[in-house]
Amino acid sequence: MRETQHIVKSYDEELQSISTRIIEMGGLVEAQLADAIEAVVKRNAQLGAQTDQRDSQVDAMEREIDEAVVRLLARRQPMADDLRQVLAALKIVGILERCGDYAAHVGKRAVMLAQDRETPGIAVIGRMGKMVRDLIGDVLGAYARRDPELALSVWRRDQDLDQLYASFFRELLTAMAEDPKNINACMHLLFIAKNIERVGDFATNIAENVHFLVLGVLPAGKRPKAAKGDYSFEQ
Amino acid sequence: MDEAMTGMNEEVGLSFGADDSEPLGQTPGSASGAETPAKFVSRGVDVFYGAKQALFSIDIDIMPNEVTALIGPSGCGKSTFLRCLNRMNDIIDGCRFSGSIVLDGEDIYARAIDVVHLRARVGMVFQKPNPFPKSVYENVAYGPRIHGLASSTADMDEVVRTSLERAGLWEEVKDRLHEPGTGLSGGQQQRLCIARAIAVEPEVILMDEPCSALDPIATARIEELIDELRTNYTIVIVTHNVQQAARVSQRTAFFHLGKLIEFGDTDQIFTNPRAERTRDYITGRFG
Ligand SMILES: Nc1ncnc2c1ncn2[C@@H]1O[C@H](COP(=O)(O)OP(=O)(O)OP(=O)(O)O)[C@@H](O)[C@H]1O
Ligand SMILES: [Mg+2]
Repeated sequence: MRETQHIVKSYDEELQSISTRIIEMGGLVEAQLADAIEAVVKRNAQLGAQTDQRDSQVDAMEREIDEAVVRLLARRQPMADDLRQVLAALKIVGILERCGDYAAHVGKRAVMLAQDRETPGIAVIGRMGKMVRDLIGDVLGAYARRDPELALSVWRRDQDLDQLYASFFRELLTAMAEDPKNINACMHLLFIAKNIERVGDFATNIAENVHFLVLGVLPAGKRPKAAKGDYSFEQ
Repeated sequence: MDEAMTGMNEEVGLSFGADDSEPLGQTPGSASGAETPAKFVSRGVDVFYGAKQALFSIDIDIMPNEVTALIGPSGCGKSTFLRCLNRMNDIIDGCRFSGSIVLDGEDIYARAIDVVHLRARVGMVFQKPNPFPKSVYENVAYGPRIHGLASSTADMDEVVRTSLERAGLWEEVKDRLHEPGTGLSGGQQQRLCIARAIAVEPEVILMDEPCSALDPIATARIEELIDELRTNYTIVIVTHNVQQAARVSQRTAFFHLGKLIEFGDTDQIFTNPRAERTRDYITGRFG
């Protein structure tokens, strides 16, 4: 991220390689999310199952990057920007792994949902999915380019996703109240929406790490949050 | 992110690049933010060796019962500054000092100052362990004897014992007190030199790369000792090992080409230095 190089060249290469692999891992998680959401929206059970299975690749990447970070910590004792870079890497990798888990959950539910009756509101999942993919895509771009402004914009924009989630939550409640036969499918949608909303939160956590990595401080103030009221629904 | 990190929320570091005349970091005079008066206050310190200027207007406050680390590339003036603090530069031919260094409110460069007394208050430990070619006991007893700090043999035994204990060496040498100090291992010799410095009851201990001749275990013991000594003494240490500065000190001063580039809390310097040159140095980007 800086023009001046380390006196020990292999140190630069190791740091660079960790960064590159995180971006790759992020790309995989993005693809997983995209597939899982498509599987829901298109009622594609096969795609959903694939997404679930591919999660082990994300886990493997996490382990690999963790090991590289541990080796680098032990051998180089990074300081200052380098230290922040390594700490951020460690945290971002952990967050991405959890995003991967949520994508797999969504994939799993897509399988079950495809076998259930069609329900209204599935299009909202598509919209939430698009929002969350933008957040994740932007925050990965912010990481790749070390761009704290873009990170901040992700950090602020997540509230839109929260808002959409809250109104969808109400919509689903109404649908279930209107026709109890909808309950099963609506519950799946509810969990899916909740998972997507959580991934949005993770995008903001990554954004905080990018901000810290570049500037050495967390974003100032509290993250703007849409009032969740009674619609918060912890799994 | 974690609560633990939110303490770092203050707005800093957006504009890097130290201006040559103004070191980044704490404003002199408000070094700790608290009321504790500084042990040493250095203002506008210039040092010349003949025509060559080695230090340029150094302002630093050294806080009591803290370890202050001086770091920077070779030749940047760390040792020169350290030697200013007990006027060891006086004995170097052609070395000229200007500016002021105040120890507990008293200008140590004032005419009335007794330099021998000053050096008893401000002791020094050197890079290479340099015990006198005498017994372990005599090495420690020498200082207290010339300063008249022990009135009887029993008193002296006590001074020797407590000094060796504080230096973490007593257990290893209590049965060989009358053997030559030069017969100890390098790490033991360095602790003997620390015991010797402590024996005259100094207030400040200056250390110039005290571990550079030691292995990692002996180094760790000295670092542990430095941390313990901090309760009773003020310590200023010059080190080439930035990791060591990070481990042992509370405050770090980064020197470059005779100037103080940045001075601040060690935690801040090693996680988020403000000056580009500090960052380059501690991350291993220039030598
Ligand atoms: N006795 C001396 N006579 C002439 N010049 C000297 C003397 N001692 C130091 N210098 C010069 O003053 C500058 C600062 O030296 P100093 O020893 O303080 O550096 P340092 O930071 O301690 O370096 P190192 O890390 O190599 O010990 C150097 O340019 C050095 O050559
Ligand atoms: Mg030196």
